[in-house]
Parts: sequence; structure tokens; C-alpha cells
Amino acid sequence: MTDQQATADRIVEMVGSRAEAEAVVVTGEESLTRFANSFIHQNVGDDVAGAMLRLATGNRVASGTTNRLDDEGLRALVEETLEVASHQPVDPDWPGLASPAPVAVVDNAAAATVGVTPADRAGVVGDFVAAGAGLSAAGYCDTSATTTAFANSLGQRASASTTRATVDGIHQTGVSAGSAHQTSPDFSDLDGAAAGSLAADRAERGRDAFDLKPGEYEVVLAPECAATIALFLAYYGFNGKAVAEGQSFVDMGAQQFDTRVGLRDDAIGPGALGLPFDTEGTPRRPVDFVKDGVTIGAAHDRRTAAKLGAESTGHGGPGSASWGPMPTDMVFEGGVDDVASMIASVDRGLYVSTFNYCRILDPKTQVVTGLTRNGTFMIENGAITGAVSNLRFTQSFLEAVGEGRVLGLGDDLRHADSEFGAGMVRAPSLHLASWNFTGGAEG
Amino acid sequence: MFDEARRAVEGALAAGAAYADARVVAGRTESIDVLNGTVQSLDRSDSVGVGVRALIGSSWGFYATADLGDAAVTRAGERAAEIARASASVPGDPLELADVGVVTDDYVTPFDEAPLEVPLGDKVDLLVDVTTTMQGVDGIALAQGSLAFWDTDKWFVSSQGSRIHQRIVESGGGFGATAVGDQETQRRSYPQSFGQFETGGYEVVRRWDFAGNAQRIAEEAAALLSADECPEGEKTLILEGSQLALQIHESVGHAIELDRILGWEAAFAGTSHLELPRLQSHRYGSDLMNITADATLPGALGTFGYDDEGTPAQRVDIVRDGTWVGVLSGRDSAARAGLPPGGMVRADGYNRLPMVRMTNVGILPGDSSLDEMIADTDDGIYMATNRSWSIDDKRLNFQFGTEIGWEIKNGKLGRMLKNPTYTGITPQFWAQLDRLAGPDEWVHWGTPNCGKGQPMQVAHTGHSASPGRFAAVRVGVRG
Repeated sequence: MTDQQATADRIVEMVGSRAEAEAVVVTGEESLTRFANSFIHQNVGDDVAGAMLRLATGNRVASGTTNRLDDEGLRALVEETLEVASHQPVDPDWPGLASPAPVAVVDNAAAATVGVTPADRAGVVGDFVAAGAGLSAAGYCDTSATTTAFANSLGQRASASTTRATVDGIHQTGVSAGSAHQTSPDFSDLDGAAAGSLAADRAERGRDAFDLKPGEYEVVLAPECAATIALFLAYYGFNGKAVAEGQSFVDMGAQQFDTRVGLRDDAIGPGALGLPFDTEGTPRRPVDFVKDGVTIGAAHDRRTAAKLGAESTGHGGPGSASWGPMPTDMVFEGGVDDVASMIASVDRGLYVSTFNYCRILDPKTQVVTGLTRNGTFMIENGAITGAVSNLRFTQSFLEAVGEGRVLGLGDDLRHADSEFGAGMVRAPSLHLASWNFTGGAEG
Repeated sequence: MFDEARRAVEGALAAGAAYADARVVAGRTESIDVLNGTVQSLDRSDSVGVGVRALIGSSWGFYATADLGDAAVTRAGERAAEIARASASVPGDPLELADVGVVTDDYVTPFDEAPLEVPLGDKVDLLVDVTTTMQGVDGIALAQGSLAFWDTDKWFVSSQGSRIHQRIVESGGGFGATAVGDQETQRRSYPQSFGQFETGGYEVVRRWDFAGNAQRIAEEAAALLSADECPEGEKTLILEGSQLALQIHESVGHAIELDRILGWEAAFAGTSHLELPRLQSHRYGSDLMNITADATLPGALGTFGYDDEGTPAQRVDIVRDGTWVGVLSGRDSAARAGLPPGGMVRADGYNRLPMVRMTNVGILPGDSSLDEMIADTDDGIYMATNRSWSIDDKRLNFQFGTEIGWEIKNGKLGRMLKNPTYTGITPQFWAQLDRLAGPDEWVHWGTPNCGKGQPMQVAHTGHSASPGRFAAVRVGVRG
């Protein structure tokens, strides 16, 4: 039994028969080495320690968190949360606790990531920087290794460890920038030199960018862009709370996407970074949201599942009562097209490396505004012919991958960075019929 | 707690740090979220820990732990120094620190009602009543309200001898109504889209009169479903105060962060269109544009006694009569730029490295009024309450959406407009500022969710603003 499991059990034991209780305990270490102007300027580490308690007494629900994991701290957490709950109105929608159920045995923790030192991370950073001789590099290399345990008063218990390692950065020429990203459970997978070379190549190709007239353009999007599309669709669409409230575009059983589109969430399959259970103790299972372009699923915690007559998919999280159950291990299914062939099939269009600062205008239409960044290139007659300045777009993500709009899916499925951070989406390159650019560098 | 901070600093110095400081931070928070009369979540959290910063050569090393035992805090200091030393394999020029005085002091946010001592029942009842009122309006599907409170103690010790305790108390909340149509959603919020937060106690919530505004907000949300779309084109634009506050946050506040200007945030948050050689000469906007960063404003969300480097809170001119004259800085960035330190470095909790953050970056009031501006506009749009915001990595190219708009024709407010958006380029946009409302309409708007840094940190910032008018702005951008 892990210490984390013992601590979670201890919290539930302290509550005893006074309430229904569920406890989550997380411990571990997170470290991040940050560089700019081609040197390491910030280098941080943190002993992660935290406990979350949610309890219900007579359907009066409250939750609390603490980072004091000794008996005194845990007792304060328990007594204060009980006190808060006693003043609550009855929650008519309290779904109760998860019953005991087997949790998949998943090992998403790579040994090589657990003992990584600041010097190891500095080595990856050094390789990234060196790959862009004469350029100015910026970015980070981080590692995370945590163990999470769950217990509730019905006897459900679970524990698992996860790791993640990322190198992400840009090279800058002074007039242009190029980016690269790698994420894996295993630190030894990171190749700082390869990432640095890609970023440097994009930066060099970005020199002499010109201002392109805004309008509709065919696009080839790198996996970072596809990852951001997937997460907007997930957070505002496949989120069970948004579905229950009528704020989602989701229309179950309808052909809402191009037939080539497949979207799912998978926290436990090969290459995944997630936990096999959620903060309610529900086993997480892979969930198909879209298959062959047809919407067939949504993410649920116990509350949204009860509301819609579904089963929880194990997507409860710390904020899901307010924000809804969020998919955090998305997969935008890849295809068989290599990027070169996608570009070769474009008469006139754009290749986009990353999106930046995307914000939704309306969740139901999925209209999003944002910008391109770190490498936007003109494609003419099947070849990249030059760089263009960053462009603003105002585009419905739902329409962009709608029926007949997906012209190619890359064979390069990988963990991609996104608007919401690293390690949340695996996505391929994407070839789309059109994208609505609404402004250029001059507005 | 000063002893624990001191031990951490000593650990770092013994391990070779040229300079070290440590903060023990004990925070208590409470948040309540109510939807359609039912409590969705009521959460209380507490945390305590120490974060220690060690400077060696060109890099900061930082380590944090929740274990405040003697050995653990000493070890945290040592680890901070070890981490800093590891950076030497990818070195830069040595980092210097601008001078600040050695201080021993205690600062407490002025407040009337300690927010965590106000009975929970009173807070829940307020949100249940407000959301029930909104739900009673035809067409409203979702009526949501929330409150949040932070009560934070910080004990700061530096290797130069400073010992500072602060207690920062922050309070606020808001509510919103959402109308759901077949193909769209429309929302109205009060006091602004993320709620209104200030330094102070529960009196902040009482002052904003939630109950007195719930019915109006819900009726506006319902009416938006059948309102006309915001027209496309170039119009005179009047921004309500909270939207102008966010415009300042995005297109001024982040652009003047010295760490961005120096390239330290280039990969993630981005850089800035501002270049230091043009400080004191760059034209940021019209003569009406007078921006300050003032951490001493009573009640504003970005107000404190000392920043997280022990530099006293201060007021710094940022834009004077339209000319860029100041930056947001910390001791390291100020030294690198040859400027005095601005006292604008803060961290999101004990376990994050302090970095340059906005304090209260606001625009000083003008001498007009919203009514006068409208009366003096032939063809324009009045936009209120932010709904979406996006700006590029140099803080130049922006596009904002607001929850609601009204057409202005011949000096009068006309039809309601839905999905209002406007877009522009920072210096051109601010050059078009031609009217600004006066002190009576000047509000210390608070932004509780400013993200920056890696690992991500969330800061609470203030932005004083009154309504303002801009000529010839592109509006009605569509997807």
C-alpha cells in the first residue's frame, strides 16, 4: 500500500460514519528548467503534496483541500469540511459515491523520468540551444512524477503513478520564430537536438515574411493546431455539463464532422499520460466522441451522468462541479498522409505551425478567434514558397472539420502542445479545405 | 514563520547562493458556485509552505516544500542553490539585482468584514436568491453566481536582511444569466464577466448590490437572442469601463512587462512591440492616454504593501499624455535595463517563482461622461462586458468580443446588438481615443485570472478605468 493510499484511507476513516466521503491524495515532484535568450534563467522544483476531500451529509455537500498531510492537517480538513457541509442547503442532484469497481492496472510512469536531475534537464536544453547556432532560443524542459490515490466510504480504492517529460521551445532570428514540441512519459525519449533543429529550421524559413491579404485559405495544420481544435471541441462540446445545459453543439448520432474525423479520450492506452480513475474514483475508460464523423459520446462525471441517464466515463475532476467533466487525454485520430504529400496537393494555401491565444466567441457555434505563430508559410503549386506574417483568424472549429472539409490526416500522430498546455492531446497534422483568416499584421 | 524562512535562506547561502530570499505563505480560500438556485460547489482550502529563491550566476534556482520542519526548509534552500548551479551549463551574463532598502515591516489589507468569518449561510443565500431571480425571467436557461475569498499571510526574509509580514485579503464575485437558443448562446454578467474582485473584506460584495441588478441582467440576456447582429464596418466605438479595463490589461499591461521586453517570456507569453531605446519617446496613444501602475490604490485588486521581493509598493507613470514613459519591473529586470525597480514582482503561492506581474495598471479619468460621449456620437456602437479576448504575442493585434452592444445614432442609444466584436492594432487604436469619462465613473476593476509563466501562475491584477470613446474602429468581425 502506498503512503498516498494510506493517507486517503486515513481521511475517509476520520470522517467515519458522519458523512459519505471521498478523498484524493497526490504527492510527487515537479521541476521545470526555463531558458530565454539562449541561456537558462529560471529553474524551479516543487514537492507536490495535496489532499482533496468531498463529503455529503444528508445530501449537503462540501469540499476542501489542504497540503498539510500530517494528522493535524488532515483532521483540520475533515472537521472544517464537515462544518461547511452542515450549513449547506440540500443538493437535490447529489449523485452519491462511486461503488467499488475494478480499476485498470496501468503503468504510465517511466522510471527514467522519476529521478531526473536539474543537470539532466539542462542537458536537453543545451542540445536545443546548440541546434540553432546564431539564433536566440527560449522555452522549457520539465518533468513531472506524481502518485495519486483515492478512497471513499463505500470501499472504492485506487492508486496509480504517472510521469511526463516535455521539451518545448522556439528559435528566433530577430524577425521570425519557429517552434518545436516533444512530450513523452519517458524523459529518455526527449531529443533536445531534434527539437531545436526543427525550431531553428522553421525560424530560418520564416525570414522575409510578407503580409498576406486576409481571406479563406486552404490549410495544412501542424499537430499543435489540431490539438487546440480537439480541446476546444472537447471542453465546450463533449463536456457532459455543456451537453446537459444545452450549451454544447453535440447532437448524438448526427454526422457533425467529416467522415475522416475520429475523436476520443484515452487516459490508459499505450502512450497515454493519464490516471486510470478520476477524482470520484470511477474507473476511466476510453470514450469515443466522434467515429467516422458521427458524434457518439460525451465525457461524464457522476453528476452529469445521472442528469442525462448515462454512466460516468471517469472524467470527474477538481473543478468538474463548476466547469463540467473535461477530457484531458484526447486523441485526434491520425491517418496515412505524410505532411509532404499534403503540402504537395495544395495549389494555394498556408502551412501553420501553431495557433496562439485562441478564445471562443460562442460555444455552440464553436466560433473561435486566434492567431498563427512561430511559423506560417505560403504554399503555392504544391510547395512552400515563403513565409507570411502572423494572421488572425475567426473560424468555427466545428465547421472547419465538418463534412467534406478534411482533405488529409497525417501519419504523424504524437503528443502535441495546445492552447491549454502540454500532454493533453495526441494529434496528427491536418489538411483542411479552408480556414477563415480575418486580419493580418496590420489589422 | 520568519524562522522557517530564515533557515531556508541560510540553507541556500551555505550552498553557494550569492543572494537568496524565502517566503512562507499560508493561504486560506473559500469559493462558492451556485447554479439555478443549487450549490454546485463549496470549497475551502488551506495551504502553507515555503518557497526559496537562490541566485547563482545568470540563473535563479527555486525550490518549494510544504514541509516546514527545520531540516526540510534548510534542504529546500540547498536544493534551490543546487538547481541554480545546474543552470551554469547553459549560461548567460551574470544577473544583478537593483538596490532596494532593507525593510522590517508589517502590512495588512484594510478591511471591514473578514470574509471567511461571514456566515456561509449568508453567502449561499445571496447567490441562491440572485440566481432564482434570474431563473424567473423567460428564456433564461442558466443562472449562475459565485463568490471567492482569499486570506493570505506571507513572511518574507532576504539574505540582505529584510523581514516583512503581510496579510492580503481579497474578496468578490459575480453572477451571470445564459439564454440558450437553437444555434447560439447569449450571456450577460454582472459586475463584469469574471466577477468583480478587490482587496478588502465582505463589504466589497455588499457594495456591488447583486440583488438589485439580477433582474436587469437576466432580461438583457434573454433579449439578446432576438437582437440584431452587430453590423460590420468602421464605427465610433464607446467601451464600457470594465471592457476598457481589459483592453488596458491586454494591450498595455502585458506589453509594458519588462521581462517580456527583455525576451525572458518569449517562448510562451511572448515579447512586446515596445523597445527600450524608445522609452520616453514612443507614442502609445492620444494625449488623453495617461496610464499608471499604482500598487497603493486603496481597495484595488493589485494593491499590497511590498512585492514578493520586498520592494515597497509604489505608483509608476507608464504612459503620460500619450507617450510611453514606464515599465513593470523587478529587481533583476530593472538592473538589466538600468531602471529603478518598480516593486511589481509577485508569485502565485509559496510554490511558484516570483515574476513581473501587473499591479493596478489603469487609465486616469478624463473629463467627459458616458452620457456626453453618446450624445456627441452620430454613428457608433456602445459595447459592454467582455465575452472573448485575444491578442498576439507582441500585444499588437487584438480582437475582443463583448456580451452586449447598442447602436448609437445621432446622439442616442438605439437597438440592442448581439455578438459585438472589434479588432485593431494597439498604437493605432489608442491613438483614436478621443473621449474619456471622468472620476465619477472611474472604477478599480479587478482581474482575478491573469495567466503567465511556466509553470503557469495566476495573478490578481487591478485596472482602473472609466468609459472611453475611440474613433474609426473595425467592428463586427465574423467567423
